[in-house]
Amino acid sequence: MTLRNISIRRAVLALPMMTGSFLLAGDCIAQVSSAASAPQVDKGDVAWMLTSTLLVLLMAVPGLALFYGGMVRARNVLSVLTQVISVFSLLTLAWIVYGYSLAFSGDGAWLGNFDKLFLRGVGIDSLAATFSDGVALPEYVFVAFQATFAGITGALIVGAFAERAKFAAVLLAVAIWFTFGYLPIAHMVWAGGGFLFEKGALDFAGGAVVHINAGVAGLVGAHFVGKRLGHGQNALKPHDIPLTFLGASLLWVGWFGFNSGSNLEANAGAALAFLNTLAASAAAVLGWALTEKLTKGKVSALGAASGAVAGLVGITPAAGLVGPLGAVVIGLVAGIACVWGVTGLKRLLGVDDAADVFGVHAVGGIVGALLTGVFHAPALGGTGPADFDLLGQLGVQALSVALTIVWIGIVAAIAFAIAGRLVGLRVDENAEREGLDITAHGESAYG
Amino acid sequence: MKLIIAVIKPFKLDEVRQALADAGVRGITVTEVRGVGRQRGHTELYRGAEYTVDFLPKLKLEIAVSDDLVERTVEAIIDAAHTGAVGDGKIFIQPLQRMVRIRTGELDDDAL
Repeated sequence: MTLRNISIRRAVLALPMMTGSFLLAGDCIAQVSSAASAPQVDKGDVAWMLTSTLLVLLMAVPGLALFYGGMVRARNVLSVLTQVISVFSLLTLAWIVYGYSLAFSGDGAWLGNFDKLFLRGVGIDSLAATFSDGVALPEYVFVAFQATFAGITGALIVGAFAERAKFAAVLLAVAIWFTFGYLPIAHMVWAGGGFLFEKGALDFAGGAVVHINAGVAGLVGAHFVGKRLGHGQNALKPHDIPLTFLGASLLWVGWFGFNSGSNLEANAGAALAFLNTLAASAAAVLGWALTEKLTKGKVSALGAASGAVAGLVGITPAAGLVGPLGAVVIGLVAGIACVWGVTGLKRLLGVDDAADVFGVHAVGGIVGALLTGVFHAPALGGTGPADFDLLGQLGVQALSVALTIVWIGIVAAIAFAIAGRLVGLRVDENAEREGLDITAHGESAYG
Repeated sequence: MKLIIAVIKPFKLDEVRQALADAGVRGITVTEVRGVGRQRGHTELYRGAEYTVDFLPKLKLEIAVSDDLVERTVEAIIDAAHTGAVGDGKIFIQPLQRMVRIRTGELDDDAL
């Protein structure tokens, strides 16, 4: 078995048995490479990671598709389903062709290299590192797991400009954003040599890489595409809240693969991420519901389901790095903050973000990214080392948040401007009134 | 012959149906409709978006009866559909010119 390349996804090993030792990727590669015995592949890890990969697929299709699909009007539900499944598929292919290589091959500060274009050199014997010395995954597993992350991040964006964007423009803009936005951020945060990775930024399962990223890209896209006809005048109500509830439930289940799978091994670290995911989402449901009750007078089904998603977003960067009580606090804060994200902040921004991609994913992602820097502290139940520098870490977390917002803001603006020039961002008014299902896809959902 | 059109609260349908049967009415056509009248609508809140819903769901009953049955029919509907709250509905009574039973070709009162 040859060890061709080792990909490491996080800056810091956060397993409880390794308390007190920061193990950076460089050291890890060196240790694994110089180890006398070849790293071993554990069948349990492989089984868990393939299961986790499937769970992330479940999040996107059907989870996210139904979650967004229920939130739009009945005449546009199929367009949302089509956009989600198409974007996910497009990015899966792009991941195999060049995405994996640019994200995880090479140790540049901003982007990887083309060494693994078309998965060149990735074979049945090649390995990807985990967070334990001497334990590796078949690289195919890692490629597939990460492919679903790229796919769902792109799919998350489409909710923001649902009900009026042109299908071709969505695919084109997302492809540009993926190449110049997603891949650099994933590399910077998760790959050895990456700028934020080397700074020690903590992002267990993708608070910045996935959620802040998708939220900002969605906001920029919605701004460029423009508000829906009748926005602020007519009722642009969700047409099927049970569908959205079902989608949220599938997202909730799938998210355990997303967060707990990001541990890369089926061990106590995965269990911690699992428990934290459960704790934070439950806290966020109650946090959102309570905030709704206090500010609006009623607890809504859409709100409770949104709360679960907000909590899942919030705990994503922290999943394996904090203790269960830290997870509860992160979930509560994310649940409360995201209510503001979809109400006060949304009004402030003045952008018609149809499915509140920014209000939930960017806001929840920012809350999670910052609080990861707090609750990673061992004094607060986290898995950080004894000499954990809370303020320093918080600064690094803020840097990763700011860099992601600025980088993606610029890339998304360019992506949507180009797509607008080439194919036009928006369907014409009559098509929008009639609905995208009929006019763009030639189908109607309900009779 | 008269065509009696009644707009009622949806949850009153079963009681109205029973009362009409007791009054000797055999045929009723029911349609789900929405309408606005004196009853105020409600506010719906979806995350940050607040919408006032003016049009409330009602059921529209269409009943064709012979002239001698009109009063009993109207009373039966009033008794059964009445709650005393705003929004109980309306009854409209129109002359009915002709009727045909499709199966037999019978006309007017014979078709009832």
